[in-house]
Amino acid sequence: MSTDEAGQGGAQAQGSAQSTQGTAHGLVQLITPSGERVSHPEFDFWVRDITDEQLCSLFEDMSVIRRIDVEATALQRQGELALWPPLLGQEAAQIGSGRSLRPDDFVFSSYRENGVAYCRGVHLTDLVRVWRGNASAGWDPYTVNMATPQIIIGAQTLHATGYAMGIQNDGADSVAVTYFGDGATSEGDVNEAMVFAASFQVPVVFFCTNNQWAISEPVRLQSHIHLADRATGFGIPSMRVDGNDVLAVMAATRVALDRARRGGGPTFIEAVSYRMGPHTTADDPTRYRDPNELEDWAAKDPISRVAGLLERKGLLTEELQQQVRDKADAVAREMRDGCTTMADPQPLDVFKHVYSTPNSWLDRQQDHYARYLASFGDPAGATLEEGAR
Amino acid sequence: MTQMTFARAINAGLRKSLENDPKVVLLGEDIGMLGGVFRVTDGLQKDFGTHRVVDTPLAESAIVGTAVGLAYRGYRPVVEIQFDGFVYPAFDQIVSQVAKLHYRTRGAVKMPITIRVPFGGGIGSPEHHSESPEAYFTHTSGLRVVTVSNPQDAYTVIQQAVSCDDPVIYFEPKRRYHDKADVDETADARTAVSMEQARVLTEGTDVTLVAYGPLVKTALDAAAAAADEGISIQVIDLCSLAPVDYDTVVASVRRTGRLVVTHEAGQSGGLGAEVAASITERCFYYLEAAPVRVTGFDIPYPYSKLEMHHLPGLDRILDGVDRTLGRPNSLSGLEG
Ligand SMILES: Cc1ncc(C[n+]2csc(CCOP(=O)(O)OP(=O)(O)O)c2C)c(N)n1
Repeated sequence: MSTDEAGQGGAQAQGSAQSTQGTAHGLVQLITPSGERVSHPEFDFWVRDITDEQLCSLFEDMSVIRRIDVEATALQRQGELALWPPLLGQEAAQIGSGRSLRPDDFVFSSYRENGVAYCRGVHLTDLVRVWRGNASAGWDPYTVNMATPQIIIGAQTLHATGYAMGIQNDGADSVAVTYFGDGATSEGDVNEAMVFAASFQVPVVFFCTNNQWAISEPVRLQSHIHLADRATGFGIPSMRVDGNDVLAVMAATRVALDRARRGGGPTFIEAVSYRMGPHTTADDPTRYRDPNELEDWAAKDPISRVAGLLERKGLLTEELQQQVRDKADAVAREMRDGCTTMADPQPLDVFKHVYSTPNSWLDRQQDHYARYLASFGDPAGATLEEGAR
Repeated sequence: MTQMTFARAINAGLRKSLENDPKVVLLGEDIGMLGGVFRVTDGLQKDFGTHRVVDTPLAESAIVGTAVGLAYRGYRPVVEIQFDGFVYPAFDQIVSQVAKLHYRTRGAVKMPITIRVPFGGGIGSPEHHSESPEAYFTHTSGLRVVTVSNPQDAYTVIQQAVSCDDPVIYFEPKRRYHDKADVDETADARTAVSMEQARVLTEGTDVTLVAYGPLVKTALDAAAAAADEGISIQVIDLCSLAPVDYDTVVASVRRTGRLVVTHEAGQSGGLGAEVAASITERCFYYLEAAPVRVTGFDIPYPYSKLEMHHLPGLDRILDGVDRTLGRPNSLSGLEG
């Protein structure tokens, strides 16, 4: 199923890492929007091991996470989730990069990388736990080597850089990979992360999904140059890839990972894509977005593009499509069931995990609140629902 | 009088400020075309242009830091921080620069910057969207901190904040944005009740109940419920959190002899501690009982399924009132 690590051996055999990508900021593309495989002198090498079978599995993964996204959006509309940040249109960027990582690499992402989380093996129920309001973190980062999603824009890029400093100290060859948006590149944190990463030449990959929008603000408000060019100013080699092209994303990610593993330091990838849905389910893009723009990008859809390639290769059989649909149905069902049957947290849970050792202020507050709840003869606090008005 | 929501009232106040003074400029993320994620600035960019109402890149430190530069240049920047939890990237600029420049320059430089921050919980948001960070700012000398509890005050106080020569943090209780009330748009902000003055909202003789921002409505509901039991509560909306109008609170406590302070923020080091201590200093011989705080817990703001436990509700406030009155309450029999 997974294409983890595929091609890494080949990369090692290649000898000195490709050195020219640092400044090549034409858009790297290996599959055209109509599904034609086009060759690229540098990047073909990095996906030459991808078999037809693996291509089918990438198609499946992308279809499944689109289905996860659609299902979660429906769950939000039905009142089962408080909010959801859709990734519609960003499937290639997330699967192409996510499937290139090794299990011992560590991911620091924003809230939108649910497809990456799927690649890391995050449990489907855990994917929606936070958005349902049942927890602050959906999973234990160490079980999947992925930090829980970050809401503060850009903060995770510093965490990844620090983690990479640790990897470097340990003499390991794993890589820290951080995901963030185009808007995030304006934040001080992201710029400071690049300064540290370049100064210490640590194994970190900056994966920027340029989906053209930061809520209502177009990317041209954040930058007058390609985002990939910003990294160059920090002395970080960068690439600009078609983010709707799963092979191009995979190739670029492998280049960056390979460089990091060999001690070549950080790399910045700008995956040029498009957020086809709203920013979150609370957003209304009709207030700021031209519908024609959506139409243009729909024609570059990442999933129909791989489907087109599979079709050209005679691989898009009814059998494959049925198999993908079945998988997506099963995953969606599992997520829905996990979501709707999730146990509600208990009132006194609010006091848990604030500290790892006892704290006398908090213990007293917990004791008083327990007495308060008990004074209603209702320790579950059910009568308090109205209390917060 | 026009019926309008809280959010609309702030919008109308900002519009007045933009009309009255060409030096007023608005800065923030998504405030232009979108009108802000809460639509508080809806339509202002369309009417005043992109130089007066500026959509900024995503950089809170830069939003406040450039406001400092604009203020040096004679402008009156009004910045929007999208949510309470996103004010921290700008914290350094606010506490190290905005707050101190007037003092540092011996009054030569004015920092008439208004920093609008939607704050507080109760809307089922994910983390970083429901914080009550007011104590960080009330602890910083040089800043004025205000918060309003009804559309009329929202309308006039935003104008007072913008025309104030000192920096003002203007906290907007986001869970009240959609509450509607009559607003007199002809009210002149210069002659309206000052933002520095605490508002006495109900006359009461048994207990003084101090609240601000989102909990004012809860406090009023609690007072109404208490009245049914024959308890008379005087509700005071502080409005200004720095400085606090202690004279108004003192006058009340001297009559009631009892004080309950409520806020959503955690208890330790919170504004309630400051009010309780100041009132104890000034009213010690008038107090019939120790002041009581009814607050959020000393925890990170919890996930939304449990937020109603953290937020002081009507019943918890009444339990606190019972404590000051020596009536049976959840802590009866406990010492200290
Ligand atoms: C420090 C901070 N400021 C503001 C926000 C509010 N906010 C949430 S998402 C967002 C836009 C982010 O855009 P981008 O970085 O391009 O990522 P995208 O959501 O498009 O994937 C904003 C302004 C935030 N979460 N954190």
